[in-house]
Amino acid sequence: MNPTALIAEDEPLLAHALKAELGAAWPELQVLATAGDGRSAVREALRLLPQVLFFDIRMPGLDGLGAAAELADRWPTDEAPMPQLVFVTAYDEYAARAFETQAIDYVLKPVQPERLRKTVLRLQQALASQHPHAKPAAADEALERTLAQWRQLLAAAGAGAASGLPSQAARAPLKMIAASEAGGNTVRMVPIDEVLYFEAADKYIRVLTATREYLIRTPLKQLLAQLDPEVFWQVHRAVVVRSAAIGAVHRDEAGKLHLDLKGRPEKIPVSRLYAHLFRAM
Amino acid sequence: MSVGALPRFRAENIRSMLRHGLITVAFCCFIAAALAITQHGDWGAQMVYSLSIGLISWLFIDVGRLLISGHREILWPTGPWGYLLVAGGVLVGFLGGNAIGDAWTHQPLLNFSSFEERRLATTIIITLTATICMCFFFYSLGRSKHMRSQIELAQRNATEARLKLLEAQLEPHMLFNTLANLRVLITADPPRAVAMLDRLNNYLRMTLSGSRALAHPLSAEFERLADYLELMSVRMGARLRYTLDLPEDLRDTPVPPLLLQPLVENSIRHGLEPKVEGGRIAVTARQDAGRLVIEVSDTGVGLDANQPAPSGGSGFGLEQVRERLATVYGDQGRMSLATAPAGGTCTTLSFPLPPLA
Repeated sequence: MNPTALIAEDEPLLAHALKAELGAAWPELQVLATAGDGRSAVREALRLLPQVLFFDIRMPGLDGLGAAAELADRWPTDEAPMPQLVFVTAYDEYAARAFETQAIDYVLKPVQPERLRKTVLRLQQALASQHPHAKPAAADEALERTLAQWRQLLAAAGAGAASGLPSQAARAPLKMIAASEAGGNTVRMVPIDEVLYFEAADKYIRVLTATREYLIRTPLKQLLAQLDPEVFWQVHRAVVVRSAAIGAVHRDEAGKLHLDLKGRPEKIPVSRLYAHLFRAM
Repeated sequence: MSVGALPRFRAENIRSMLRHGLITVAFCCFIAAALAITQHGDWGAQMVYSLSIGLISWLFIDVGRLLISGHREILWPTGPWGYLLVAGGVLVGFLGGNAIGDAWTHQPLLNFSSFEERRLATTIIITLTATICMCFFFYSLGRSKHMRSQIELAQRNATEARLKLLEAQLEPHMLFNTLANLRVLITADPPRAVAMLDRLNNYLRMTLSGSRALAHPLSAEFERLADYLELMSVRMGARLRYTLDLPEDLRDTPVPPLLLQPLVENSIRHGLEPKVEGGRIAVTARQDAGRLVIEVSDTGVGLDANQPAPSGGSGFGLEQVRERLATVYGDQGRMSLATAPAGGTCTTLSFPLPPLA
């Protein structure tokens, strides 16, 4: 069976060009669909279950990073193995540097045939080693490997995308947060030591302490850069929790993980990408 | 707390203090020499008196000013504290210096009554005048150094603002994506590639020289907008539609170059790009009671959605337009932001039309 792929790229000419270049570099590859925005990329990927994804990082609706994170959670691993992910970007020098050594890949626009051939080679190797002949243990291992790759790729691309922002005091961890009270006009200074978790909701981030809820408007990406990674763990694309507040981890029938926090009643979902944090030692 | 940890005792300040000390020593030697010559006194004794008084005053005042000036840029205490410090320095220097000098010449300690009145008065006057002069000298030195650094800072800020403007116009994503598109067109559709290259050429030329010219005709401004929008519509395909509406009689009205550019860019970046189905941008110019009114409206995601992304650059673009309006037209220039009827954003600029020539 021929390998299959999906291209997500919002600029029609560039999508067309990538498809053409892929046709030359990898004639057997069958491009199942081309999506013009992040949301339809997720939808089409879940419908067609391709083996390779070429995702533009900047897309309307949902950007490439967000679309990949959502796919990681919603991918039906019992129907098809997790796809190989390749980010496509016009300009992202930091991400490019970070990707240089990675197994799966990024492609810099305009697509250079030689560079693309290298990517294709890596993809072919990855796909060849992926075919688990109905051995559940091997399949698990392959999934874990792919997830680890995705995690690295998302982190590298995220770091690249975030470095474009003015990240003042990126080194010094945040001590206080100026946050508005939910539903009010008052801004409070919230000591970071009281925060149990952050949750991205639409345009806001909810800041939750044991007793109260506040709102801030900083993007999660930017906030993460200012948090101590030892103290706060990202467990979901929209949730960052205080590691010391985690009480218990539960696995439901579908295999999804949830966290109980000391001091909060909510159940916190754990994304598949971050499930490795909670594997028993 | 160690002394080194205090920022005001950082190496640079200690160095300038030692420099003051050396100048003081030189000055004291000069006074001692002058006194020794005019009063035919003992060179050694004059030197000891002069140096002791000078160095004690210097130490007292220079250390004192660092201690009580806190973290101010000009390291000098403000208000009465400054005068008190000098007075204290004079007093301590005078008493201490005389004590050392007296010990050196084996006179009874601080036995001022043994002085002739005239000599005592002379010493006091010399100490006072010298100390105040030196203090004023060092204070002016420090202040001029501070002023110089302020001027440098202002120049740096201005340069940075210009660079930021240029960087916003030549945003790498825009540039590289445009080039990537161009590369595709070169093989797929050469005539269109040539047209796009010409647009890019115009756009770059304007961006790089735009900050230098003071004004150009409104028609030229609209042409540059057309270049930019055409480039963007090659990239965005059917997701971007636009109309430019410039009445014939307003074509020659002078406007600051690239005034409208940031507004159109905002419409695309914060209005249409995040919107999956894209939309329409309309730029219109009209005349209204002796004023020129320019409207940039889009059917994008709208105002509220813009706001949480100040880091995306919309703040800088708008701020820049507002500042330029204020520079050219004073309080006669106006800019307002509103939600467009179709749900997007509508930015309106207005300023007085220049009288017809």
